[in-house]
Amino acid sequence: MTAATLTGWPRADGRKGIRNVVLVAYLVECAHHVCSRIARPFDESDVQVIGFSGCFPSDYGQEMMEALCTHPNVGAVQLVSLGCENFRKQELAEAVRASGRPVNLVTIQSTGGTAAAIEAGRTWVADQVDALPEAPRVAMDASELVIGTICGGSDATSGLTGNPAAGRAFDRFVTEGATCIFEETGELIGCEHIMADRVSDPALRPDIVATVEKAARYYAQMGYGSFSNGNALGGLSTIEEKSLGAYVKSGSSPICGIIKPAQQAPGGGLYLLDVVPEGAPKFGFPNINDTAEIIELIACGAHAVIFVTGRGSVVGSAISPVVKVCANPETYDRMAADMDVNAGRILRGEATLDEVGDEIHDKIVALGQGGRTRSEELGHTEFVLTYKTASGPEPGCHV
Amino acid sequence: MSDQTGMVAGGLLHLHPADNVVVAIRAITEGESIKVGGTRLVAPRDLGLGHKLALTAIAEGEDVTKYGAPIGRASRDIAPGEHVHLHNLASRYTVIEDIEGTNA
Repeated sequence: MTAATLTGWPRADGRKGIRNVVLVAYLVECAHHVCSRIARPFDESDVQVIGFSGCFPSDYGQEMMEALCTHPNVGAVQLVSLGCENFRKQELAEAVRASGRPVNLVTIQSTGGTAAAIEAGRTWVADQVDALPEAPRVAMDASELVIGTICGGSDATSGLTGNPAAGRAFDRFVTEGATCIFEETGELIGCEHIMADRVSDPALRPDIVATVEKAARYYAQMGYGSFSNGNALGGLSTIEEKSLGAYVKSGSSPICGIIKPAQQAPGGGLYLLDVVPEGAPKFGFPNINDTAEIIELIACGAHAVIFVTGRGSVVGSAISPVVKVCANPETYDRMAADMDVNAGRILRGEATLDEVGDEIHDKIVALGQGGRTRSEELGHTEFVLTYKTASGPEPGCHV
Repeated sequence: MSDQTGMVAGGLLHLHPADNVVVAIRAITEGESIKVGGTRLVAPRDLGLGHKLALTAIAEGEDVTKYGAPIGRASRDIAPGEHVHLHNLASRYTVIEDIEGTNA
């Protein structure tokens, strides 16, 4: 099967983007309002606000912001600093500049306050927006895509339709040479030995088991229980069964490595993203909501994220499109305008898992051919970034 | 891509060719007779969405398989068509002991 050709924006590091977003990024919460006002006149363009709220230093926040500001879907970056925060703004500005992207740093205190900073930012962003249509584009192959998957707002249908269909889409992408990333190690408890049997290199086995056991330990210390009475009422009998319902999103390809937030996978194949910090809980839950997970997948280079929902999430994301796969046909009937794929058809006998898997795959390819997601059309650009312990060493290649 | 897994057979979903259970994808009434592949199953009780029926006989101690992977072991002999749940399926998972350090 010949993969369909996409069109992408080429970046200096060799990666290509399927979007050409202008980011307006605050480096402390005190600069957030200025960023929102800078972006306001450009609501109909791909100008999006992201940022790190904390004032205290954070290696994780620094790494994440650098990975996001140099993401292949990003074309230019307006940074906004208050002036006295601890964020290493010159280091970030230099990293963006070194990536070949236009970057502008406005510091509110030295620019003369809110109004002057908004004016300075808007002038620069307007120039970037004007230049967007002229940005050169090149042919892109499906093998160059990085795709993430998560599930949220899950119900009994998620593990029956949406998640297995997402797994089939992942299998097709891995076959085509793309990079696929799954995560939620806290919801894979009970699957670690099954996962360990799927590695491409036996040396990875103990790492997979250790990664999930670390998550189990971490969540247990946070007082988080994994298996509830409601799960049993819904027909789930064991923790393994519940976890497998989430795990099937990963498909059936060999797992070729483990990566940490903001790390880029060394090549095509299926990767597990380890989102749980080492050691005792320090800054709270590893990810406080679905958006935090989506942003970590995007920081690992994801061009698009498959989001399986049963109860009906509406979120999209800054930087990369989110393809929402609705597992529950009744939810779909109520919220069709928010959903990209109706996996609930499987429950009504109107489609097979393979057919829905193909539909998810084709929707993602179409994103590189001018297609847009429902959440993009609705203007969703959710973003969140909190404190976390920084990631470990660079991932090895186990392909 | 043309195997019959993922096909709905009148309300029961066979998720993976290796599975020895099928999953109700709608409310099923006691006594309903539903054909899955070459096997006809009769619902032994009312079943909600997400509940499992044995597709084949599963002997005590054998793996119960869903998504092509073990979800636990049969805690007693299970006949084809029997409801598979907490009363006849037990987890093999022991991480809680691992957390306590007794099974490290």
